[in-house]
Amino acid sequence: MLEIKNLHANINGKEILKGLNLVVRPGEIHAIMGPNGAGKSTLASVLTGNQAFEVTHGEVTFYGKNLLELNPEDRSREGIFLSFQYPVEIPGVSMVNFMRAAVNEHRKYKNLEPISATDFLRMMREKKELVEMDNKLANRSVNEGFSGGEKKRNEIFQMAMLDPRLSILDETDSGLDIDALRIVANGVNKLKRPDNASIVITHYQRLLDYIIPDFVHVLYDGRIVKSGGKELALDLEIRGYDWIKQEVDSK
Amino acid sequence: MISSKEIIKGISEIPPLGGEGAYIDLYKEHHESIKKHSAGVLNESRDASFALFEELRFPTVALENYKYSDLKAPFAIDYGLNINRISIPVNPYEVFKCDVPGIHSYLYFVVNDAFYPVNEPRNSKLPDGVIIGSLNEIATSHPGVLKDYFGKLSTLKKDGLVAFNGAFAQDGFFMYVPKNVVMDKPVQLVNIMRSDVDLMANSHNLIILEEGASAQLLVCDHTVDEVHFLSNRVTEVFVGENAKYEHYKLENTHVKTTNLSTLLIDQRASSTVLGNVITLHNGITRNTIEIDLDGENCETLLCGMVIADKNQQVDNFTSIIHNKPNCNSRELFKYVLDDMAKGGFTGKLYVAKDAQKTSAFQTNRNILLNKTAKMRTKPQLEIYADDVKCSHGATVGQLDETAKFYMQSRGISEAEARLLLMFAFTNDVIEHIGIIALQDRIKMLVEKRLRGELSKCEGCVICQ
Repeated sequence: MLEIKNLHANINGKEILKGLNLVVRPGEIHAIMGPNGAGKSTLASVLTGNQAFEVTHGEVTFYGKNLLELNPEDRSREGIFLSFQYPVEIPGVSMVNFMRAAVNEHRKYKNLEPISATDFLRMMREKKELVEMDNKLANRSVNEGFSGGEKKRNEIFQMAMLDPRLSILDETDSGLDIDALRIVANGVNKLKRPDNASIVITHYQRLLDYIIPDFVHVLYDGRIVKSGGKELALDLEIRGYDWIKQEVDSK
Repeated sequence: MISSKEIIKGISEIPPLGGEGAYIDLYKEHHESIKKHSAGVLNESRDASFALFEELRFPTVALENYKYSDLKAPFAIDYGLNINRISIPVNPYEVFKCDVPGIHSYLYFVVNDAFYPVNEPRNSKLPDGVIIGSLNEIATSHPGVLKDYFGKLSTLKKDGLVAFNGAFAQDGFFMYVPKNVVMDKPVQLVNIMRSDVDLMANSHNLIILEEGASAQLLVCDHTVDEVHFLSNRVTEVFVGENAKYEHYKLENTHVKTTNLSTLLIDQRASSTVLGNVITLHNGITRNTIEIDLDGENCETLLCGMVIADKNQQVDNFTSIIHNKPNCNSRELFKYVLDDMAKGGFTGKLYVAKDAQKTSAFQTNRNILLNKTAKMRTKPQLEIYADDVKCSHGATVGQLDETAKFYMQSRGISEAEARLLLMFAFTNDVIEHIGIIALQDRIKMLVEKRLRGELSKCEGCVICQ
């Protein structure tokens, strides 16, 4: 579904991604690991169309469409979802209005009528249960005053509402205690289907105990330098990244 | 029905005007006629007001208090003035049907500068002792009710617009709520500007709440015809001890309208005032709001919101005067400006030497949607007491790009994301409206306005 070829990207003139290649097929979970500053979050930002990053070279296709030509909202409507590392607070915009607007924009893109009030409320209720989200949160402004854990749960709740074909979880485990981590991971696992896929960006192996990846990639200095199965993550947990850095730098 | 042209011919017995010199000549020539058509109480300080106007003239940007209000262009227009009180061929009760769900108000109209005779059956069921009607009529029939109040806040105020109003105003809206009477419904006053030629209206409103009384007033400014209008209105409000007063002003006029409004409120001990001035669509607007806290334990919340684009200009000049100890005042004003719109805000706060334990907070936040829109904001704190809590904050910024991207990443279009953010920005001002039905209605109107669907006046926003 997703094909990334030789992707180069800059921020403020500084090259962060330096020729990244990745192929994701339906039903797969890919973990992307790597040291700080390797370009993990940049990859997530570039895939979702953050204007702060400039793609200088390479191509990204999603189900054959040139993803880089689409604006952020159309990427979402095509079925790409990013769970933000730092979810944004939007005072004054209620979760309900925010989600209704998002769901209806997705429906409009598919030439469907706006969702009825009852169906929408039922959907909200079902998806909230998935991440054990407090009812009260849905009536508050988007992420405003949410704790770290609540924000991450809210991301997975939104993911459930929008039912993406490809979800990118950017450091979803950061700032979560073990219970919250389990809840969030459970939510992700319940949403997994043969026709969708996930890219899980993480620093630590811990999350991968709960979300079992099919592939683990190591991102270092803007490139994927090593790929393997889930055992690679365990290896990294024990040995750290230095041996990979040395391997790459010696080449 | 008489055509409007004939009415204007009636007005035009007075030669066309231009500049303040013409108004000065007009007064000198016709003051007898102005007085003849006005009650005695209203005439008592008329000549003094005129003399003050001769000295002060129309305010210009050279004055500190008017530096954000450029009124040169609107005052260059030749307006007619209806000083001979010729009746206007419009029945607002027929033209405007109020259908705000849940707003069951006592409904009144001032057409240009004259109170429109009441023929609304529901208005006859006012609570006992409450008097609402034409200022001029009540000043004639019950001069005793208003003589201790009329002009007490406005006369001899060093302000050219107020002095001009004092010289020319012949009528307006009057409301009296006696001791401990609680108005069961909001009162709605719709100011309608209706004329076939350029017209100026000066009206004087007087509102008296005795001790323990409670009332909500919603003032809507509205224009019917596509000519130049200038309204110069002065409203005096007396809020007695323990009384509770809410004042909402909602402006939805057209770009050829200049709306000059002075709201003067006097608060006695333990009284509560909530003011909320909302400009949704206009030409040039100047709101001067002055609240005097003349007793201990007063509570004051003054809010405002402006949405302006094109060449619209809105200046809110606010002044809260803490004369006595233990009062709380808060101010919250928010502006969304686009195109070449100009906004101005002044938050003057005066705390007298003996007004200890004053708590006063002021916030003005503004969003400029492009580089040509301008906002000028000025806190002006004069604090002479030493045991007070006062703060002020003003920001001018753009829409939050991170929040916009977050929304877009959920499939919400950029335009819709901007709209939601602007709407969210104004939301807390709307939430300070104490009439729920009005809150809902204003939310809807703000959304329409932000979507550009309220680009011209289309009937009273409340009554269409």
